[in-house]
Amino acid sequence: MAINWGFNIARPRAVDMDANDLSITRRIMAQMPEFQACIACGSCTATCTAGNLTSFNFRRVHTLVRRGEYEGAYEEMGKCMLCGKCRLSCPRGINTRGLVMLIKRELEDK
Amino acid sequence: MSKKVIIVGGGAAGMKCASTLRTQGVEVLLVERDRTLGGKLNGWHKLFPTLTPAGEVLDALKREVAASGAEVMTGTEVERIAANGVTVNGGRELKADAVVVCSGFDLFDARIKEEYGYGIYDNVYTTVDIERMLNEGRVALADGSAPRRIAFLHCVGSRDEKVGQRHCSRVCCITGVKQAMEMKELFPQAEVYNFYMDIRMFGPGYEEMYREAQQKYNVNFIRGRISEASPTFDGRLQIKAEDTLVGRPLKMSVDMLVLIVGMRPGCSNGRFACTEGVNLAPNGFVSPLNPFAGNVRSGAASIFYAGTVTAPKNIGESMNEGVAAAMSVVEYLNAR
Ligand SMILES: Cc1cc2nc3c(=O)[nH]c(=O)nc-3n(C[C@H](O)[C@H](O)[C@H](O)COP(=O)(O)OP(=O)(O)OC[C@H]3O[C@@H](n4cnc5c(N)ncnc54)[C@H](O)[C@@H]3O)c2cc1C
Ligand code: SF4
Ligand code: SF4
Ligand code: SF4
Repeated sequence: MAINWGFNIARPRAVDMDANDLSITRRIMAQMPEFQACIACGSCTATCTAGNLTSFNFRRVHTLVRRGEYEGAYEEMGKCMLCGKCRLSCPRGINTRGLVMLIKRELEDK
Repeated sequence: MSKKVIIVGGGAAGMKCASTLRTQGVEVLLVERDRTLGGKLNGWHKLFPTLTPAGEVLDALKREVAASGAEVMTGTEVERIAANGVTVNGGRELKADAVVVCSGFDLFDARIKEEYGYGIYDNVYTTVDIERMLNEGRVALADGSAPRRIAFLHCVGSRDEKVGQRHCSRVCCITGVKQAMEMKELFPQAEVYNFYMDIRMFGPGYEEMYREAQQKYNVNFIRGRISEASPTFDGRLQIKAEDTLVGRPLKMSVDMLVLIVGMRPGCSNGRFACTEGVNLAPNGFVSPLNPFAGNVRSGAASIFYAGTVTAPKNIGESMNEGVAAAMSVVEYLNAR
């Protein structure tokens, strides 16, 4: 007889930097080294047209991609309307719209 | 025969350098562009980290310079510097055995960051405006009322590729924290929010002031850079940021937005750098011979630097460099 202990098995919530495979991240960085200079200021998310209408958070998604957390990132980036506003606000001069396309290209079929 | 030194710029650094050189028996000519000595200090109210009135520090410096017997020439802009003197406006050449460049920094013009609406919307101010209003004894909104919610934005015109200013201006984090506390003193009922990317508290007592702002004044710190400000129907300002620690966009209506403006290189730097041995760093500040033992020296043996002409610094650091430059000048003159 199965006993309900009130617990279930959940996937660990930690970003596991031992387990995560960063090979795609490295490829992205190699193609757009300026992205390495992101300081996570959130200007891109703050100004984002899509983020004002949906749950899309560009800064959060590209930060997750940097950590090798790819799951769902492709779908999330699909919410971007490629309007380019984020690029106007980025204090590090990153081609953020280009980054959306790059992440999508690298994570396609993953 | 006594030696003569020309000091370019009579801010904190130049004034301290002048009086120090006089104690060593050197003849000094202090050339200042403005009508009065003091530089930016003339515009500040109370100084971090001790809240000492700026006038106290300034008056002491002025007394020191006056008592030292240094010759002061105000209302005179130096156009060029050379190993043996300077050229002032009108083309007049003044000769000297050594030159100390203390021409300081320029303030970032917040209108360049158009998205924050400085000079376009009411109630968008800079930290410089706040110092001025504090000195005038009245801080208020455009309609004369008291603000109920105030936002400060760090790094305006610093750390920003879009305006060609990559460097951190160092003193603006602590200025923003100081003014947040001053606003809470004036308007205890108001909510105050500081929007930051990083909080840089480099000096003694600065981190303590940050903590005091949180603990004693309940100033709120939100980690995220404001991307834009726009006016609301009821005459307030709406700001947008990402609360990066929560991971969600944030918007907020405020009565007053204060832009914490940074330091940019002095406008004379470019002309000064036409001289052999005077070089600019990529950020446009004057680059000292080296950042260790050559802090106040240039590539020319008779040209020296002190203060914010070489990088953002606080007042104490700028004055210390005035002393250090004076001593290096004396060493140079004695060895000749
Ligand atoms: C908003 C704000 C608040 C601040 N508050 C504080 C504080 O509370 N405490 C603190 O320690 N620091 C504070 N600082 C920093 C402080 O202002 C500087 O450390 C200080 O002003 C540096 O002195 P300086 O002599 O190097 O330069 P400056 O003050 O810029 O003086 C340079 C002088 O040179 C003159 N000059 C420039 N070019 C020429 C030329 N070509 N010919 C002749 N003269 C020329 C200028 O007119 C000026 O008088 C603050 C800075 C800002 C932006
Ligand atoms: S605006 Fe630029 S620096 Fe800021 S989080 Fe976005 S990509 Fe990074
Ligand atoms: S380009 Fe995409 S991520 Fe950037 S602001 Fe527009 S919708 Fe948002
Ligand atoms: S001191 Fe603070 S506000 Fe000023 S540029 Fe540096 S991080 Fe930004």
